[in-house]
Amino acid sequence: MYEASEPIRNGVKATTCYMCACRCGILVHVQDGKVRYIEGNPDHPLNAGVICAKGGSGIMKEYSPARLTVPLKRRQGAERGKGEFEAISWEEAFAILEERLARIRATDPKQFALFTGRDQMQALTGLFARQFGTPNYAAHGGFCSVNMAAGMIYTIGGSFWEFGGPDLEHAKLFVMIGTAEDHHSNPLKREISAFKRRGGRFIAINPVRTGYAAIADEWIPIRPGTDGALFLALMHELVRLGLYDRDFLIRYTNAAFLVNQDPDSPDYGLFVRHPEGAIINPLRPHNFAWWDKNKGCAVPDHSAQCDPALFGAFQLADGTPVKPAFQLLWERLETATPQWASEITGIPAERIRRLAHEMGVVARDFQLELPIAWTDWWGEKHDRVIGRPVAFHAMRGLAAHSNGFQTIRALALLMTILGTIDRPGGFRHRAPYPRAVPPNVRPPNGPEAVAPNSPLKTAPLGWVEFPEDLAVDEEGNPLRIDKGFSWEHPLSAHGLMHNVITNAWRGDPYPIDTLFLFMANMAWNSSMNTAQVRRMLTDKRPDGEYKIPFLVVCDAFYSETVPFADLVLPDTTYLERYDCLSLLDRPISEFDGPVDSCRVPVVEPPAGVKPFQEVLLELGYRLKLPAFTNPDGSRKYADYPDFIVHFETQPGSGIGFLAGWRGENGDLALRGTPNPSQWKRYEEHGCVFHYKLPPGMRYMRNWNRDYLKWAQEVGFRRDFDPITIHLYSEILQRFRLAAQGKRPGRQPPEALRERVARFFDPLPFWYPPIEDEQTDTQRFPLRALTQRPMAMYHSWDSQNAWLRQIHTFNFLYVHPETAKAAGIADGGWMWVESRWGKVRCLCRYSEAVEPNTVWTWNAIGKAAGAWNLSPDANEAKQGFLLNHLISEELPFGAGRISNSDPITGQAAWFDVRVRIYPATPGEPKESWPQFDPQPEAIPGMVERPKRVVAYHLTKGVME
Amino acid sequence: MRPAFSVLFLTTLIGAAQGAAIILYALFLAKGSGPDAPLAFYLTTGGVSLLLLAAGLVASFFHLGHPERAWRAVTCWRTSWLSREVIVLPLFGFAELLWLLLLWQGDWRAAAAWGSVMAFLAIALYVCTGMIYAAVKVLREWAHPITVVNYLLMGVASGALLTAGIAEGLAPAVAPMLAKAALWLTLIALVGRGVSLWRNARIPPYSTARAIGVHHQRIRQISQGSMGGNYNMREYFHGQPPEVVRAVLIAALGAGFLAPVVLLLLGVPALLVFLLQYGGLLAERWYFFAEARHPQNLYYQVV
Amino acid sequence: MTQFALVIDLNVCVGCHACVTNCKQWNTGGEAGPLADLNPYGKDPNGTFFNRILSYEVGTFPNTETWYLPKSCLHCEDPPCVPVCPTGASYKRKSDGIVLVDYDKCIGCKYCSWACPYGVREFDEERKVMTKCTLCVDRLYDTSLPESRRKPACVLACPAGARIFGDIHDPDSEVSRRIREEGGFQLMPELGTRPANHYLPRSKTVLPIDEAQVVRAENPLRHDEAPHATGLQPIEEEMG
Ligand SMILES: Nc1nc2c(c(=O)[nH]1)N[C@H]1C(S)=C(S)[C@@H](COP(=O)(O)OP(=O)(O)OC[C@H]3O[C@@H](n4cnc5c(=O)[nH]c(N)nc54)[C@H](O)[C@@H]3O)O[C@H]1N2
Ligand SMILES: Nc1nc2c(c(=O)[nH]1)N[C@H]1C(S)=C(S)[C@@H](COP(=O)(O)OP(=O)(O)OC[C@H]3O[C@@H](n4cnc5c(=O)[nH]c(N)nc54)[C@H](O)[C@@H]3O)O[C@H]1N2
Ligand code: SF4
Ligand code: SF4
Ligand code: SF4
Ligand code: SF4
Ligand code: SF4
Ligand SMILES: [Mo]
Repeated sequence: MYEASEPIRNGVKATTCYMCACRCGILVHVQDGKVRYIEGNPDHPLNAGVICAKGGSGIMKEYSPARLTVPLKRRQGAERGKGEFEAISWEEAFAILEERLARIRATDPKQFALFTGRDQMQALTGLFARQFGTPNYAAHGGFCSVNMAAGMIYTIGGSFWEFGGPDLEHAKLFVMIGTAEDHHSNPLKREISAFKRRGGRFIAINPVRTGYAAIADEWIPIRPGTDGALFLALMHELVRLGLYDRDFLIRYTNAAFLVNQDPDSPDYGLFVRHPEGAIINPLRPHNFAWWDKNKGCAVPDHSAQCDPALFGAFQLADGTPVKPAFQLLWERLETATPQWASEITGIPAERIRRLAHEMGVVARDFQLELPIAWTDWWGEKHDRVIGRPVAFHAMRGLAAHSNGFQTIRALALLMTILGTIDRPGGFRHRAPYPRAVPPNVRPPNGPEAVAPNSPLKTAPLGWVEFPEDLAVDEEGNPLRIDKGFSWEHPLSAHGLMHNVITNAWRGDPYPIDTLFLFMANMAWNSSMNTAQVRRMLTDKRPDGEYKIPFLVVCDAFYSETVPFADLVLPDTTYLERYDCLSLLDRPISEFDGPVDSCRVPVVEPPAGVKPFQEVLLELGYRLKLPAFTNPDGSRKYADYPDFIVHFETQPGSGIGFLAGWRGENGDLALRGTPNPSQWKRYEEHGCVFHYKLPPGMRYMRNWNRDYLKWAQEVGFRRDFDPITIHLYSEILQRFRLAAQGKRPGRQPPEALRERVARFFDPLPFWYPPIEDEQTDTQRFPLRALTQRPMAMYHSWDSQNAWLRQIHTFNFLYVHPETAKAAGIADGGWMWVESRWGKVRCLCRYSEAVEPNTVWTWNAIGKAAGAWNLSPDANEAKQGFLLNHLISEELPFGAGRISNSDPITGQAAWFDVRVRIYPATPGEPKESWPQFDPQPEAIPGMVERPKRVVAYHLTKGVME
Repeated sequence: MRPAFSVLFLTTLIGAAQGAAIILYALFLAKGSGPDAPLAFYLTTGGVSLLLLAAGLVASFFHLGHPERAWRAVTCWRTSWLSREVIVLPLFGFAELLWLLLLWQGDWRAAAAWGSVMAFLAIALYVCTGMIYAAVKVLREWAHPITVVNYLLMGVASGALLTAGIAEGLAPAVAPMLAKAALWLTLIALVGRGVSLWRNARIPPYSTARAIGVHHQRIRQISQGSMGGNYNMREYFHGQPPEVVRAVLIAALGAGFLAPVVLLLLGVPALLVFLLQYGGLLAERWYFFAEARHPQNLYYQVV
Repeated sequence: MTQFALVIDLNVCVGCHACVTNCKQWNTGGEAGPLADLNPYGKDPNGTFFNRILSYEVGTFPNTETWYLPKSCLHCEDPPCVPVCPTGASYKRKSDGIVLVDYDKCIGCKYCSWACPYGVREFDEERKVMTKCTLCVDRLYDTSLPESRRKPACVLACPAGARIFGDIHDPDSEVSRRIREEGGFQLMPELGTRPANHYLPRSKTVLPIDEAQVVRAENPLRHDEAPHATGLQPIEEEMG
């Protein structure tokens, strides 16, 4: 026995994993139409053959008993939320949608809101929303990590997350902040491990030590929400000691640009424009000024032979007082001493100092030089690329706080003054980044942008540069249902999905008719204040109509949200459909060049399901949306694969969803006419296309002339101009000026003036998370966090028979002293309570958590009966959801405002403050709150195997 | 370890069966030329012994995942005490049956000779059974010759008591002597068990530091990656609170050893005492498992 | 004589469980399967896995280390699980040292698992036989697989590259070299089982920085005439 090789290879197909959004390449072994084995694709640039716990459990997702297999309609007369459905045909489903959506589109397209969760097809869903003509569209970014995206993109034109990352191949020192699992799951693990083996030093800054932090050379526990203070203090120390990269700052950032210091000027705090300076880009003039210390006067920036001042206060010829931006930064940093930060962060001042020294000395003394010639934007030729091998990575530990944007700006500045941006060993961009600061896509900026039966002129989401870009009306009221891009959250580049249901329920700013949720479990883990949100979904107006009249849910599984739907559209799984991970969206690019990828079906879907892509195309055609319909009204694309091949961003642009093998013969890359065999070529190449830039275009891309030229040619960039790092943010200052009434043009409503003026500081600053300012922190002394478990994806893996054995329920991890002081036993039942709600859960003592913090694994707790688990499943009885403790709104003036970052609208998941106490012995030994079990049998869902399953294609039972 | 009921019954039942056989043979030898108890007594007691043996065998099958393949268990007698037990057990049964036949036939000489084979096999079976446990090195509570000795002593004591009980009905003449033997054997068994209890209480616990290879005073397990349980949590943890374990020990010592001695002295019918002792020995066997701390448990301390 | 083994680098293992589910995936559908899952969608789901990740906390805050210990059969060179087996179902292969169970012989007496100190054997409640890590023997010699993929599923899966497979009797193999050079150790070696699998310990990289390094001679502050540069003067002078 055992020696015999099994004939598993009677079909091996390459496709892309979607057990999470990391998108590794996989090889799926199929036998008789069933999946035998899924392994990492060794030839894939992202994962190079490895695969994670989730990826290896794809079989159990494919054959999960929680799958939805037919379209469902809420039964006539049945109450919403009870999950009483009847199966309907797709034709009926489409007819219902067509009738309703056509009516909305012809009257007020805003009444249709499309929000999508952890999906990867925002290029298509965004296109659909835009074509439909509704601004009410966003994906998960707003409740996910928009602070990270915005904080860095508004500073360096790129960001961690899908847009860039740490270059661990060259780094010597790696500082990872507030990251548990990250979006880049597998690659990060590969890279950290290789980095450690090479002898790199790894420091983790996190209130909790698990996962990556576990293998760090040093763990620096920090109080949540205080990293901004740490970064300022690190910069204080670096600048104080002269451990900054002066050449980098002068040439590549706005550190030496002169800032108007005349408080009475309408340009106060804005950069001085030099009349003789080169404008470069009329749409975004670049004629800034330096102070030439030799000449003692202002000169155009980047003047030759100039010795620009970084410090000092000067006067222009016209008497205007000016200071270099770096001087202003130092004035900010001066009081941000390690001692000051120590009291805020809980990290000893000496440790902060030492950390700064490590960073500064490694950046300086371990300077790397790669023998790669390149030319900078100003035409200077460099014979080598310099690297400063200090790499950082950060994710939601910074992002998911209401001070996240400014904190992340501070981190970007720290990385900048060390001279590490797009250099070896530091931070590296991933195509299509770097992009302009900010990128040149603007959201609809007023009510006139929305008109019946017409597409929006711009994409629904974008990047705001001026108050005039905001999506507000004359009075400054929000245009969007989530109040994105309004004065409440002006730079909300990804929308505020976490407020959609509450706003729609309240009719603030207006009621809507149809809410369409795709791949989002909003009645559970992606809502704050979950119990209330569930109530809002069933709440009715006095006339008996639901406050949110029509709810459509497209999901593949029986989630907690499904029972609330009026219409359920069953989706395929990732192994059953075409999909593309496009450069128009969030591709999987590598540092050395753009990469996009796709999925192809490897197994047959159940008869009744339909890929959501096909649903959108069909709807687009039925609603006669121009992008999906020929002028004669006929259907433009036969199906989704056809659409992907033939769609171009503009007629003849040569840019489509997939960038590989374009042109009739498939010999063009990135740009080229549609290639009918494109899918085939992708299939032949493992469903991935990797375009490698020539070495001279791989670094310093913000200012790399050849790269910038090329990026414009291939359509990554609109303009051909350098992407100067915004150490000092003129964009933020403009909003501040508007709020202070010092700027012509749009101004915030009175109630918001102070808020905008306060938070839109052109230089990073630290403030406590907003919830703290309103909370009796004596009464609620602890902060409660969640972390991503590596072996679970959000809420959707409890239906997976293998993964749920690893995380069957969750504990609240509490420092032993903290727990003992509250009288809570290890393993005992306890209460955790915030101002907004309380939860009963199980306690687990842990020495690996900062004593002022408690935490749990995210989204392990489930509602009874959801995911086709038995109602007494541990997930429901012992597991709990922390979201019940978090409010989606905070009091503001006489009203309320989103519990989010005031700049970007990023959901402040990690701000919540709690207290803990033991459960009394008589209480039920189960988590609280409990919900009525979801019905166990809905049409189309199989009966769950009761006792045992064992998966084997030929010998096995699947009971 | 989690006490497996099939094994508790197996070892206690066959222990008594072997004990009865040994005592019978001893009684037979004591007379030398022929039994001074009626043949019916020998045959009945022997029959009961065989029944107990069979019952133990049946119980043991419940322990097996694949009883239909049980025959395979004879193949590894070179290395496995379990295999040896599987071989010796039927041999002993067979020997006892033959011995009873010889008695029945009245062939005293042959019975005397063959009885020594039977007694040898009975003792060998004790050794095999005991060694099954004593050979598991990692279970230090078991891995000692005293384990084998105790299996023998407890088995013989309970066998003696059973024999005495039957004798009270069928062979009153020898009954008091047998009861006295049972009393002494029980006391000796108590000493043996006491020694192992004393020894086991002194075994230092296995160290997590060695188990995971980290050298530190303070190590706590946080999780084991299988929150819904697994085989290794089921098989090696008795799952009872310390109070229950203590209570079982007290019951074992009381019912298995002390009470029988007292009751025999008081003249309570031996068959009743046997039943009580049997219950006590079941408790003893339960405790025998429960007190064995498997090093693998270090890996499964916290879900 | 060959002795195949896994060497697990605890220095880079992040406890991700990739090795756990990919082991399950390969083996449930392969020669060793199917591996049952009990109550898969109900209370206390549990099943047969050949490999598990345990986690431990070492020390007290703030000097806490979080440890992950992936654990599967260690393919002991002197495996106590083998001689105790009454049927010969448990055996150690002479050719490559892999310890296996022949399901067709196993009577499910569980005795072998008692003898194993490490708690790595799992009784499959559905098939009623003892199971354990096979070192993916059904991959190792499968010539229809590309050479580079003739490795255990868990090794191929591990995103951190923390699992290395090879012959520990070959002094030139990667596993032997790393055991030698990185202080590879065994679990409970005092029990005399001579586990073939080894673990590599954590190591710490430190960067001692002394004060003199901190302030550089070529300090841009002097050039920049920074308002605070005076504070640096003494150190700069000291450094000449
Ligand atoms: N307390 C707390 N809450 C949080 C967070 C936190 O850190 N703490 N994190 C937040 C963040 S960052 C995020 S991104 C959100 C994620 O929250 P969601 O976007 O709601 O993500 P999921 O829970 O994964 O739910 C996605 C839904 O997609 C369904 N699905 C899975 N595969 C498919 C498919 O192929 N097609 C379709 N149509 N549906 C599918 C799943 O069944 C599930 O119902 O959670 C947020 N919630
Ligand atoms: N396996 C798996 N992978 C996933 C997901 C999943 O659900 N499962 N979800 C994906 C998604 S949608 C996202 S958004 C990413 C998120 O990836 P991460 O950002 O890595 O996710 P989180 O688990 O939210 O991690 C937040 C970390 O920040 C720490 N933290 C919290 N507050 C602070 C603070 O104030 N300061 C510091 N320094 N640290 C803090 C927490 O302890 C935690 O370790 O993961 C993606 N990858
Ligand atoms: S990290 Fe895991 S789940 Fe995510 S795409 Fe990669 S293999 Fe799939
Ligand atoms: S896959 Fe690798 S990193 Fe993950 S738990 Fe297993 S050994 Fe550790
Ligand atoms: S680890 Fe246990 S099962 Fe594996 S060979 Fe060693 S003793 Fe046997
Ligand atoms: S369970 Fe199977 S492999 Fe283990 S000892 Fe018994 S027969 Fe041998
Ligand atoms: S070697 Fe194979 S059987 Fe053993 S743990 Fe790894 S994947 Fe599982
Ligand atoms: Mo997210």
